Amino acid sequence: MRLLWLSALACNGNAHALLNYPRFEEWQEDFEWLYHPLLPSTHTLAEVEEGIDGVEILLVDGTLEEGLVKNRLAYKQLFERYAVEAKYIVTVGTCATFGGIFAQGGEGRSGLHFSGERRHGFFDGFWEKTLSLPGCPVQPEVLAGTLSLLRSEEPLPLDTLHRPKYFYAHTVHDGCTRNEYFEYKIDEHRFGALEGCMFYEHGCQGTFTHGSCNKILWNGVHSKTRAGTPCMGCTEPDFPREGLWHTSKRMGIPARLPLGVPRRAYLSLAGIAKAFHIERLERPMMEDKRG
Amino acid sequence: MIKEQHRAEKKAKRRNEIVRTALKLFAEKGFYATTIPEMARDLKMSVGNLYNYFSSKELLAQEIIREISAYLGGRIREINEAELPVREKIRRIVTIYFETARDEPEMIDFFLRVYLSNREVFHEGCEGMICVNEFVTEIMIFFDDGVASGELKNQDFFSAFGLFMGYLGGMVFLNGEHILPKTLEEYVDDISENIYNALKAS
Ligand code: SF4
Ligand code: SF4
Repeated sequence: MRLLWLSALACNGNAHALLNYPRFEEWQEDFEWLYHPLLPSTHTLAEVEEGIDGVEILLVDGTLEEGLVKNRLAYKQLFERYAVEAKYIVTVGTCATFGGIFAQGGEGRSGLHFSGERRHGFFDGFWEKTLSLPGCPVQPEVLAGTLSLLRSEEPLPLDTLHRPKYFYAHTVHDGCTRNEYFEYKIDEHRFGALEGCMFYEHGCQGTFTHGSCNKILWNGVHSKTRAGTPCMGCTEPDFPREGLWHTSKRMGIPARLPLGVPRRAYLSLAGIAKAFHIERLERPMMEDKRG
Repeated sequence: MIKEQHRAEKKAKRRNEIVRTALKLFAEKGFYATTIPEMARDLKMSVGNLYNYFSSKELLAQEIIREISAYLGGRIREINEAELPVREKIRRIVTIYFETARDEPEMIDFFLRVYLSNREVFHEGCEGMICVNEFVTEIMIFFDDGVASGELKNQDFFSAFGLFMGYLGGMVFLNGEHILPKTLEEYVDDISENIYNALKAS
């Protein structure tokens, strides 16, 4: 399958993450890079600007900016030209999907179809064939996996923001090794330590962030929350929010609650869980001599 | 089928009567001075049968506090769900509390004289605030909404909760001791205003 990767305002993080895909070499055999800014490709950027044929999947990476010129051509012109013929368009990473970090640095910047959560209509005609793969960066398994699924023409259910449900239906909280602490409302966290849930004090957004980070581990090893730093919600339209290491609260009640959990239900359960002191979880397990 | 339903209804009714009678006795005489045989006598039932409903005095006391919490929680929930400014919500919560103290004095007496005074009765089964969860949850929702709308100051939950509920409990206590020169209803406006001033956003 033939791929064309067009970066707008990007840091190349998504490409670097893809290079860490453990099965990268094997996976690449099923694809041809018509053009990629870092990888060996069939064409140069100059040739892409002149016009090439056969694009099947157009990968868009980075924040779009009004008036951005790639080499000689306006990015928008280049994008539109290949978007028409491509079978699928994939926004790679949060910048291309929602605007992301770079959108906060200047005027006239956005994702391909979204400014944050708001859908804009510049490229409405391409919405139906677009898939969103947010993440800062997107997990390599998510990008490679989605492209393989498109190639094999497997059905790929999408959510309302067009994120593939296989990877984004559940939250980052799912699979986190700190779930026991979440259940009994124990934060007691020190950054980098292995114990404590970071939802109550330390700003963890895992319970309302769609993604697979705790099931598909980064580099096969870890995730933010497993390693001891809060999830920052990088797959969501409002990324990056402010105060990432701090849980904002209203009279002690977290201002954002786990996805889909009504406030009354959350508060009732929290009240019950808090009433019990689970001594085992309250003491620093790694240092505790009692085992 | 109908017979079974009838039996279940009768049982629920009887259970309710037991709770009511126990509430009255506990509120009047305190937890320790009240005995199960005394309750059975008032209910005109055998001690053995009463134990079929509640296997201990502690469990009965716990059930009572749960019901009081559910009752007050339900009434505050109605206020939470109404589109009202915080100032008016406070006035309604104060009104409900004082109305309950007037119309169902045993409920508030039980809360102050048994639940808060005989904590050992509630240690197992009513850990933390479990048995008053419904009531506390609604107060939390009230505070949360007030901060979200910018009307209340964002602060520690217990500082605000203690100020609100401690104040109301104190007034009902003074009323029960016949120390207040006026009726509780006559204090609603002033007290609501004081609570609002203490909790409002600056
Ligand atoms: S640290 Fe975050 S992801 Fe992990 S259990 Fe707590 S809330 Fe969930
Ligand atoms: S843990 Fe959260 S912030 Fe970190 S990569 Fe995953 S979704 Fe993004």
